[in-house]
Amino acid sequence: MSKAWDQVTWQELEIGGVLTEPGSARAYRTGDWRSMHPVWDKTRCLKCGVCWTVCPEAGISEEPDGYFEMNDYCKGCGICAKECVTGCITMVPEEG
Amino acid sequence: MGQRIGMEVSIAVSHAVQLARAEAIAAYPITPQTHIVEHLSSLVANGELEAEFVTVESEHSAMSACVGSAATGARTYTATSSQGLALMHEILFIASGMRLPIVMSVANRALSAPLNIWNDHGDIMAEKDIGWIQVFVENGQESFDHHIMAFKIAENHQVLLPTIINLDGFILTHVVEPLEMLSQETVDKFLPPLVPYHRLDHKKPVTMGAFALPELYAETKMAHQVALTNSYQPILEVWREWGELTGRHYHPVEHYRTEGAKVLLLIMGSLAEVAEVAVDEMQDAGQAVGLIKPRLWRPFPFQDLRQALAGAELVIVCDRAMSLGGAANPVMAEVRSALYPLAKKPPVLGYAVGLGGRDVQPQAFKDLVAHALSEIKQGPSEEYYMVGVRG
Repeated sequence: MSKAWDQVTWQELEIGGVLTEPGSARAYRTGDWRSMHPVWDKTRCLKCGVCWTVCPEAGISEEPDGYFEMNDYCKGCGICAKECVTGCITMVPEEG
Repeated sequence: MGQRIGMEVSIAVSHAVQLARAEAIAAYPITPQTHIVEHLSSLVANGELEAEFVTVESEHSAMSACVGSAATGARTYTATSSQGLALMHEILFIASGMRLPIVMSVANRALSAPLNIWNDHGDIMAEKDIGWIQVFVENGQESFDHHIMAFKIAENHQVLLPTIINLDGFILTHVVEPLEMLSQETVDKFLPPLVPYHRLDHKKPVTMGAFALPELYAETKMAHQVALTNSYQPILEVWREWGELTGRHYHPVEHYRTEGAKVLLLIMGSLAEVAEVAVDEMQDAGQAVGLIKPRLWRPFPFQDLRQALAGAELVIVCDRAMSLGGAANPVMAEVRSALYPLAKKPPVLGYAVGLGGRDVQPQAFKDLVAHALSEIKQGPSEEYYMVGVRG
């Protein structure tokens, strides 16, 4: 569906709400839901990737320098902060 | 007319499903639906029906398996009753929302508590808003006929909606009736193999059952509503074709001796045949009482009902279910609502009859008409009435 979701008319929906193209989840940035997000203290990060491994939503990406950052799909669950080996991740409330 | 044979109606229904060449059946046995799926299970086990028979641990699983099966493009059937239908509840909306052409028999039975295995319409009336096509039948032949037609209606690409055939538990399911069967060749000509519109296919992947945000959910409901409303014409087309094939003609709202009738009884299901006897006797005695028998419950046949009822002086709706604490019992509520916009409309009185298998004899309808005429003269004393309750 190339149109934005809030522009689609009922006549344009596929029968049964079937999606014929893949990737619709990519267009919906579930990170909007979060009330907190993780912040890495790079002075204590080992680049071990435990945060990336335990994230249930692929909400953490590896950066070119080998450190990790959240992406637009992080829902702020805090599992990464709980599991981080050195405790370098802090959950910070969203602003605004 | 072909040769008529005596057969239990449940067995006739299972033969209809066999003749329709159902490819997948997922069902859990529950009284009084049991004989239908038992016999289908035998047919599959004996190699007389080439289908996958999935034995499941509950009706919730039965309907879930049907959703999966229909999504692969297989012709899918199930049957249930009462508590089983109630246990399917959440999946029923999913089947219709995904527009999967499943066919289901509901052998109508009262809901607990108290436990009661006998016939009324409490089970299906609790599911009237599930977005399926819903048809009521009143005898064995209609049960046989409508199951074959249901597949053709449901699978039509202009329709693509799951379809329920309601047949009264025990009163129909366990009774031997004279029936005219059709040959496999005739049914094959009438009902071609299912052509899926969307299906699960690894060569052409699609996503089924995706979620919809608040920005989109209402549009999906509109699409479903329009599809169900617009299924009316394709349903009539299939019934017309069946009429030409078999000489048995079906209509969304059936009339029995309504010409010149000032009082109209309105009843769905097998109890209408009892009411016919009462109508005969009342007309013989000079009373202008006729009978209206809605067959199509969803989509609701607004125009047919308005035409049938608008000219009457009194409409008496007999519900075989209650809407406890509600504005009216289910059929009465919808009939009265359909008549409300008309400038000239008859008064509507409602009676709950035959609950939990309570026997209803023709005399009950005569008493009920006398009661209704008296009530309408002095102004109704109740919003709706219950028939034959002691105390």
